[in-house]
Amino acid sequence: MSSYLLSLAIWVPILGALAVFAVGNAHRLARWMALCVAILGFLVTLPLYLNFDVAEAGMQFVERRSWVPRFNIEYFLGVDGISVLFILLNSFITVLVVIAGWEVIKEKVAQYMGAFLIMSGLMNGIFSSLDAMLFYVFFEASLIPMYIIIGAWGGPNRVYAAFKFFLYTLLGSLLMLVALIWLFLSSGGSFNLLEWHQLRIEMTPQILLFLAFLAAFAVKVPMWPVHTWLPDAHVEAPTGGSVVLAAIMLKLGAYGFLRFSLPIAPDASQYLAPMMIALSLIAVIYIGFVALVQLDMKKLIAYSSISHMGFVTLGFFIFNQIGVEGALVQMISHGFISAAMFLCVGVMYDRVHSRQIADYGGVVHVMPRFAGFMVLFAMANAGLPATSGFVGEFMVILGAVKYNFWIGLLAATTLILGAAYTLWMIKRVMFGPLGNRHVAAMTDINGREFLFLATLALCVLAMGVYPFPFTEVMHASVDNLLKHVAVSKL
Amino acid sequence: MKTLYLIVPLAPLIGAIIAGLFGRIIGRAGAHWVTTLGVAVSFVVSLVILRDVMAGNTFNGNIYTWLESGDLKLAIGLLVDPLTAVMMVVVTFVSLMVHIYTIGYMAHDEDNWPAGSRAGANSYQRFFSYISLFTFSMLMLVMSNNFLQLFFAWEAVGLVSYLLIGFWSNRETAIHANLKAFLVNRVGDFGFLLGIGLIAAYAGSLDYATVFAKAQELAGMTEAATGWPLVTAICILLFIGAMGKSAQFPLHVWLPDSMEGPTPISALIHAATMVTAGIFMVSRMSPLFELSDTALSLVIVVGAITTLFMALIAIVQTDIKRVVAYSTLSQLGYMTMALGASAYSVAIFHLMTHAFFKAVLFLGAGSVIIALHHQQDMRRMGGLRKYLPITYATVLIGAIANAGLPPFAGFFSKDSIIMAVQAAQVPGATFAYLCALAAVFVGGLYSFRLVFFAFHGKERFRETGHGHHDDHGGHEPHESPRVVTVPLILLSIPAIGSGWLIGSFLFGDFFAGAIHVDPAHPAMAQLQAIYTGVFGMIAHGFVTLPFWLALAGAATAWFLYIKRPDLPAVIRRKMALPVRILENKYGLDQFNEWFFAGGARLVGRGLWQGGDQAVIDGVAVNGSARLVGWFAGVVRLIQSGHIYQYAFSMIIGLFVLLALWMNRA
Repeated sequence: MSSYLLSLAIWVPILGALAVFAVGNAHRLARWMALCVAILGFLVTLPLYLNFDVAEAGMQFVERRSWVPRFNIEYFLGVDGISVLFILLNSFITVLVVIAGWEVIKEKVAQYMGAFLIMSGLMNGIFSSLDAMLFYVFFEASLIPMYIIIGAWGGPNRVYAAFKFFLYTLLGSLLMLVALIWLFLSSGGSFNLLEWHQLRIEMTPQILLFLAFLAAFAVKVPMWPVHTWLPDAHVEAPTGGSVVLAAIMLKLGAYGFLRFSLPIAPDASQYLAPMMIALSLIAVIYIGFVALVQLDMKKLIAYSSISHMGFVTLGFFIFNQIGVEGALVQMISHGFISAAMFLCVGVMYDRVHSRQIADYGGVVHVMPRFAGFMVLFAMANAGLPATSGFVGEFMVILGAVKYNFWIGLLAATTLILGAAYTLWMIKRVMFGPLGNRHVAAMTDINGREFLFLATLALCVLAMGVYPFPFTEVMHASVDNLLKHVAVSKL
Repeated sequence: MKTLYLIVPLAPLIGAIIAGLFGRIIGRAGAHWVTTLGVAVSFVVSLVILRDVMAGNTFNGNIYTWLESGDLKLAIGLLVDPLTAVMMVVVTFVSLMVHIYTIGYMAHDEDNWPAGSRAGANSYQRFFSYISLFTFSMLMLVMSNNFLQLFFAWEAVGLVSYLLIGFWSNRETAIHANLKAFLVNRVGDFGFLLGIGLIAAYAGSLDYATVFAKAQELAGMTEAATGWPLVTAICILLFIGAMGKSAQFPLHVWLPDSMEGPTPISALIHAATMVTAGIFMVSRMSPLFELSDTALSLVIVVGAITTLFMALIAIVQTDIKRVVAYSTLSQLGYMTMALGASAYSVAIFHLMTHAFFKAVLFLGAGSVIIALHHQQDMRRMGGLRKYLPITYATVLIGAIANAGLPPFAGFFSKDSIIMAVQAAQVPGATFAYLCALAAVFVGGLYSFRLVFFAFHGKERFRETGHGHHDDHGGHEPHESPRVVTVPLILLSIPAIGSGWLIGSFLFGDFFAGAIHVDPAHPAMAQLQAIYTGVFGMIAHGFVTLPFWLALAGAATAWFLYIKRPDLPAVIRRKMALPVRILENKYGLDQFNEWFFAGGARLVGRGLWQGGDQAVIDGVAVNGSARLVGWFAGVVRLIQSGHIYQYAFSMIIGLFVLLALWMNRA
């Protein structure tokens, strides 16, 4: 079966970005071109979902060509039920990011839009690569546009944050490169991921491989205690950068666990699961408390992201279907909600130029429509049923209780902590008497802002009320993965 | 028929959506018409369904599959049986009355907002949208046929409660109260969700019928990780959820503060319907609770503590709404005791009568509050019966019913509870019985204290002094408009008469199939054995202890607030310590504020500044940071000043190198 859909998903945004760069200083044209490219990029991913065969556990829409024959590196693409939704999510979020940056970015518009489009293409590459080297190239390359976005359009401390982000993630992925080369050699010269999944490996190398992958992926997720780059990066990043960072980039690490760690080193995954669960629970609880006392809204949402990603890693390492699927749902949902929350902060920042909670108060009196959206997203962030935030958390908690009641109990504390830090912020920012004259001068959202907030609100509600279509595509692949992990490779 | 069932929750939902999203377009009248009409439709259809259910037609079916994962299939579905049907009628009736009442109560809501607030511009429409949304959520709660949807609706009513307590969002007290309400409820939900998790793990389903069919099987199991008896663990966890929603000690602390919300929602949400969700839930789960005497014992003791100790606080309150709020807590305690005594149908019966008479009391209090221009302090009332005759009459009816005096509705349900608790044999039942008796006296006292303090005696509302809206001190209070008094009158009718349904409610086979009572728990059987009809019960009532205790309470109130109005001040002085304990609500609020809220912030700051900043960033990242510093020094030599330029050249270079490498091969 031959298909070009995945290539289109990768190269339409990247080539489109080059075209956008070409327009130079024609800002208006650059915006419209970027929007067209982003929408086109999203449209080409739709057939991936619509034509997806939910009964098929293996790879679909496969493309396979030789790339570097000398090292047996291939241009090998394909998606299964685990990765397909992320490609759609990524392309969808890119459209919103372009819209969100519309009037806000006034300088270097073409470069800004182009960087996001390139990133979008690269990340589609990550989610669809079945060749480890190809994956690695995309994985590392995706750092560059984000680094530039933070470094060029970021806040006052942007250079420090960009460097911290770059080095943190780069150091982690060097260990992964070592692991990839080891696997290349021990597989007799193949970078084919699917072949690696079948490779028999002794326990000690499995554990070392697992730890090497962990170094790369834990930083990306980020897991405690390698999470401290994220709040800094978010605070300095422009709104669009935060959106992509939270909605898509954090998912790369989690995706890596499912594509590399679990299937390649299943015995080590089982063996080290208690450690992974412990780290996940620390992320949920420790970070929940840290989020509570944040003074900066973006930092608070960044910490909240870390806490929510703790649910993802928890769901993976309890090895039952509802847990893993719940984790995947949580990843998609977090893509919507964190994007929405960062966009909301962006909307306020554009008006008042502050992210400090203390600089606000009573925003509802001047921006009632905006307040409606923000409260909805806050509730979704706190995991309220009928929003997407509930579905993943609920599934992971059910899975955790099934695995071990105490783990479920610790995970369920998020019900209280998540609500506490989110709603306390909402109380101080949105409600109460008008905070100061800057708040009094705020104007309610315009049509453009309404458009992206309403779109995300629909996504959050639709996924909360009817998550069936989202989980339906995952079943076969997740089932297959769990069966695979259950069989020892020793 | 299924369509008819769907109309009941969907009609208010549609009203809520129209009033909420298009409030500005349809205007105030449009908003109250569309929502009130929606609820009215829902009420009428509920009555039709009740008739149909009484004829023996029940329904249990799914609407759509929400999610599938592994073996677990989760659906959204409806269960319509007698228990549901009764709840539907109660919810829609009270909701309809409250909708009508709100037209009058919120008529001048713009005065409650700061000048120029855009949120205040259409607050009237928003309020109607919220109460209709609440009605939808509450109906989904009672009509659910599975635990998932129950939890869904459980949280949805919590959300609307949050929005409505904090409705006047410019008031610090209101937005503090709603945050507190949400978080305390989340503590309950924490237990509730874990209980649901255990059910899913061990029964493999969240569908009521499937789970209940496996109840006996579950009863024999122990929880693997903890070693606890499974059903006891499940029931206690579920009950923690009920304690949050139905405000049982020590998770009751949010309910008195919820009085910061507008009075119509205090009546609808925080008295008649939402707070009874926990009672409803436990009754629904009777097939599980019946299998665990440990859980029932916990239920009856928690109920007993709530009943007595919350009633005591009501005596010292001076805010008219808070008196009614603490009275609600006490009455919820009665219902919980009934659950613990395995008298689920009695609990539901009291839930129904209470919904009517407590709605009357709250709406009556609201009528007083608007007549006095938002004065809620009873020390600034007195002698109002002359000015507010209809309100007075209805509040009096509510108070008599609340005190449990025959032949008003509260008598039948409360007396049945006391008898059931007396007959119960689970550990703690004797304690509960004593608490119940004591609370009857206290109930009589605070109910009539409210009536005498606010409506009789010296007219204190003209005096100026503390309290807000002093500028209105000189106005003559006058009776509320008809949109306010008509719902009051309509609600008083069942507040008087609904108790007379006791025979068919408790002693027929009305709830057979919906509520399961194990033969080992004798309360209901004993109640049935001594029941001799409505008049027999009234006659019997006059010779039993509860009646005389309630009467004694009422007489005490009369003596203290009419005969010798100087005495309360003396008692306050003489009994300073107990009064202070009660006024501080046993210090629970302060403790929670200090220990939980303060403690959480302390832990958060400790982990953030100590863990993240000092250890992880300070120690671990510092080494790398020095490396970065050195690295940056080198980089500075070749820096062009445009980061993006050279970074883009990096990526291009990467691909060029790869291409060259490829050609070499």
